[in-house]
Formats: sequence, C-alpha cells, structure tokens
Amino acid sequence: MVQFFFRRFFHVFPAFIGVTLLTFSLIHLIPGDAVELRAGERGIDPVRHAEMKAEMGLDKPLHIQYFRYITNVFKGDLGKSYVTKKPVLEEFLTLFPATLELSLCAMMFAVLFGLPAGVIAGVKRGTPFDHTIMTVSLTGYSMPIFWWGLLMILFFSVFLGWTPVSGRLSALFWIEPQTGFMLIDTLRSDEPGAFKSALSHLILPSIVLGTIPLAVIARMTRSSMLEVLKEDYVRTARAKGLSDRRVILVHALRNALIPVITVIGLQTGVLLAGAILTETIFAWPGVGKWILESIGRRDYPAIQGGILIIATLIIFVNLGVDILYGIINPRIRYTH
Amino acid sequence: MSEMTAIPLENSAPPHPLKEFWKYFSENKGAVVGLYIIVIAIFLAVFADYIAPHSPFDQYRDAILQPPVWMDGGSSKFLLGTDAVGRDILSRLIHGARLSLFVGVIVVTLSLAAGIIFGVTSGYFGGVYEILIMRLMDIILALPSLLLALAIVAILGPSLQNAILSIAVVVLPHYVRLTRASVLSEKNKDYVTASRVCGSGPFRMMFAVLLPNCMAPLIVQATLGFSTAILDAAALGFLGMGAQPPTPEWGAMLANALQFVQSAWWVVTFPGLAILITVLAFNLAGDGLRDALDPKMKR
Repeated sequence: MVQFFFRRFFHVFPAFIGVTLLTFSLIHLIPGDAVELRAGERGIDPVRHAEMKAEMGLDKPLHIQYFRYITNVFKGDLGKSYVTKKPVLEEFLTLFPATLELSLCAMMFAVLFGLPAGVIAGVKRGTPFDHTIMTVSLTGYSMPIFWWGLLMILFFSVFLGWTPVSGRLSALFWIEPQTGFMLIDTLRSDEPGAFKSALSHLILPSIVLGTIPLAVIARMTRSSMLEVLKEDYVRTARAKGLSDRRVILVHALRNALIPVITVIGLQTGVLLAGAILTETIFAWPGVGKWILESIGRRDYPAIQGGILIIATLIIFVNLGVDILYGIINPRIRYTH
Repeated sequence: MSEMTAIPLENSAPPHPLKEFWKYFSENKGAVVGLYIIVIAIFLAVFADYIAPHSPFDQYRDAILQPPVWMDGGSSKFLLGTDAVGRDILSRLIHGARLSLFVGVIVVTLSLAAGIIFGVTSGYFGGVYEILIMRLMDIILALPSLLLALAIVAILGPSLQNAILSIAVVVLPHYVRLTRASVLSEKNKDYVTASRVCGSGPFRMMFAVLLPNCMAPLIVQATLGFSTAILDAAALGFLGMGAQPPTPEWGAMLANALQFVQSAWWVVTFPGLAILITVLAFNLAGDGLRDALDPKMKR
C-alpha cells in the first residue's frame, strides 16, 4: 500500500512541474513585456524600462528566471497582484472558501440526485422511467450552464420571487468572516435569519453548477449498474434468495460505485471551470470570478497564480481519487 | 435437402458497410432526431442570407425590445422579438448557427488533424517522444478546459479566431490519447506485421495501414467534439473572451442579456435554447454513432 502510494505520488510530480512551466511561460508569451504592460499606454523611457526590468529580474536568462519562479512557488510566494498590490496567494485564499462552499454544495446536489437516478434507471432498464432519466441527463449534459443560470434566475428569482438574484448574503446582515464558509459563519453568529439568507443564496448557484456533474454521474452510475447486474455474483445472490433490495443496494451498487467515484473525482475540474461561469452569473465572490476579472484587467501575476493553484488542486484531487481507488479495489494496487 | 438448396445465394453476402451502419444507427431514435436537427442547422447556416428575414446587424430604432409575435405588442415582422438595440433576434440566431457550426468545423478539423498526427506518431514510434507528448497532454488535461482556454485568450487577446484556437488546443489531448490507444492495440496485429514484411515504410504504416483501422472511435469523438466546441465557444463569447459584439454569436448574444433578465425574457431565452438544441443534437448523434460503430455495443 505504501509503495503504491509513493508510486502514484511520483507520477504526479512531472505534471506539477509541467504546470509551473506553463504558467511561467504565460508571462513570456504575452505580446510586449511585463514592464511595458505595467507602464500601460503612457509608455516608459528606455532607462527606466531597463531599471524596472532588472528590478523584476526579467533581464536574467530564462532558466534562471524559471528557477527563481519555482523556488518562490515552493515558498508560497506567487507574486503580487498588479492591481491590488496584495500577494496573490492571500487574495486566492480569501476568496477560495466561497468557491469551495459552492462546489461542495453543487457536488452534494449532483450525487444526491444523480446516484439514485442512475441506479433506478439501470435497474429498470428500457422502461419509460429509464428513457426519461437518460433524456433528461443528456439534456443536462448538453446544457450551456451560463444560460441555465439565467433561466433559473428568471423563473425562481424574478417570476416566483423565491430566491435572491445574486451574492452570498443579504445586505441586511454583516458577518465577520471566520471560516470563510458562509453557512458555518452565519450559523455561529447570533444574527437571526442570517443562516436562512445564506442558504437561500446558495441554492440556485449550487443547482446550476451541479447540473453537468449530476448528468454525468447519473449516466455513469446507470452504465456501471448495467455492467455489474450481469455479473455472476449478482445471479448467485439472487439465487440465494436475497431480496431485490439487498441484491441491488449491497451486492450490485457497492461494486458499481468504483467507476462512479473516479467520475466524481474527475468532475472537480468541471466544477472549477463551471465556477467561473456560475460565479459570474450570480455575482458570487469566489476565485472563478476573480480569475475572469484578472484576465479582464490583464493582471498577469493573479492569472498565473490562480491557474497554478487550481491546476495543482486538480492534480492532487486526481491523485487522491487514484489512491482511494486503490484502497477500494485491491486489484488495482497490485497490477501496473 | 431440397429446402436448403433453395436458399438464394445473395443472402450469404454481407450487407454493404454503410447499409449495416444505418441499420444500427437508425435503431436509436434519439440519434436520428439529432441527425435531422444537425441537417436543419447546416441548411440554416448555409442559406442564412436567404432565410433570415432581416440583416443580423440592422437596428430598428422604433422596435426596441419588442416581444415575440404571440405576445401583446409583438408583430409578425419580428417573430422572436428584438433585442435592446432593435435587432431581429430570429435573424441573429440564424446567422449565429453559421458561426457556431463554423467554430465546430474548424475546431474539430484542427484538433483532429493535430491529434491524429501526434497520436499515430507517438503510438508508432514510442520511446522518449511518446512520453514527452503524453506528459504534455496530461498537463493540458490537468487544467479545466474553460480555464485553459481563458488563459490562452488572455495571452492572444479576445477574438473569435483566438477562441477557436484555444478550444482546439484544449480538446487536443482527447484525440491524441484516443488515436494512440487505438494504434497501440492495432500495432501488433497480423495484418500490420504482414504489411511490414511486405516492406511498407513508416509513413505508409502509420497513415495507410494503421490509421484507417483506428477511425471508428475518432469519428465518434469528433462528433461529440462539435458539441464541446460549440458550448465552449459560446461560454467564451458569454464571458466576453470570444466573438465580440456586434457579431451574432449565440454566447455573445447572451452576454449583455443579463441586464434584461427582469424585463425581456425573450432576449435571454432564445439564444440559449439555440445552443442547447444544437449541442444536444450533436451529443445524440454522437451517442448513436458510438452504438453503431462500436462492435462491442452491437446487440
């Protein structure tokens, strides 16, 4: 097991180096150089230009610059934002809980509805119920979620008036961020109604962000169930006279879950990309919206840092899924 | 005995591949519906200039935010209503079909061509070259597609061309991995060895012997690739990083619809519906293709 763990871990290392190379080259690929970029349209005289270049270390050879970049990355220094002048890591960390809270709720929504839907569709294969679930999930899979979000706002917020249009909390409340998770912070505060407000702000964005993962999980669970239900051990379980419920939930589902867990892990990337769109629509103050705004402001250190952290996160989530996979299924540990 | 000799000879011949393909494909009703929608979309895109009732750019200043024809205040002049500067939404949607399909074609062509070249060569040659290519693809896969596309657009500047280029890069790993995997599974089969013994050179081996036998999964992936391309291009357009106004691109049309959510639902609803229907059609057709082309799935 330990050996398996380390083997996987070293597999991850080249990917991480690759990502740092990518984010490092980002700043060198933009037309013009970083100094001109900061000077803006006003221009800059050549002497000052050279000075600033030396200050920023841009006059050194590329490999030295890269070495310096990666040493700083390991020290947790991702540079300072051109706009706010604050360290990029700090900015990211203040906004990240909002994105994490949204993503977790979206994933919960997706698993809570996707898994049962997939199981039932698989068990009742070929029935109208199965066809409906598959059609709905293919529609969800094809959904432009930025439009889906607008539709949800149109219906639930504007037409029915059930949920707020945007933001994380009603302006009536002011909650000092402690954990950064609005649900926890409002629960711990004494303000009556704050928790309800936070929850109602969270519902629509979670549904919108969870739609594509929901569709993917439902489809995957169904096909995985179909695969497993054909197995001999399921027939044996039935032959033993076990109830349908027990055969499906214990004997079939547990084995069918293995590929589903991988798919859930792979959805992390989908969620973080979807967060960019969802946060933009709902004015959700998270990292997705922040990266998009940084691109709009040409705030390159922020873009670089944001991409690096998100990619690293995804790499490690995939590593975690891989290891989990090995724990659940011993066959995987010993092959390869 | 006499009954056996009566069996006509033609029956023993296998059906034409296309005929067989259609038999399996048409079993899937959803796939056929998807195919019809794609054909209609192509027709609209090709003849947009003749079908669209108005120019997608003409601003009718006396008909700003006019609702669709079936609502109070709608007129048959603008079937799906007008947007905030008085442009006919239906005409913009029809011209948008042209743009979206164009994006799909270019992205799929670019990524398929590059993916085949990288995939076939890395599968065929192997070694350091293969490791290098595959690790590079792993890195691209480690990034959320939209984020990477945004990063590339951030470097190149927002425009439709750059959006197309960035999406092509983002979807590339799927084609490379798929091609490589097929090449690896075909490489050691007898017909390949036979061809090698006959003296085929590497170029012939890769593109004339191996590639045609690796095409089935690639065709499926390419069809599904259309939907990804259209969806991502619309997302970039929506975020202001793709097609720029006043281009009648579906995503870009939605970008400034946000402020009309409360007052004019039709400005918001129709462009998104167009994206959804087109993407769904390609996904349905792609699923059907997979069922029809994959021998393991044949019932």
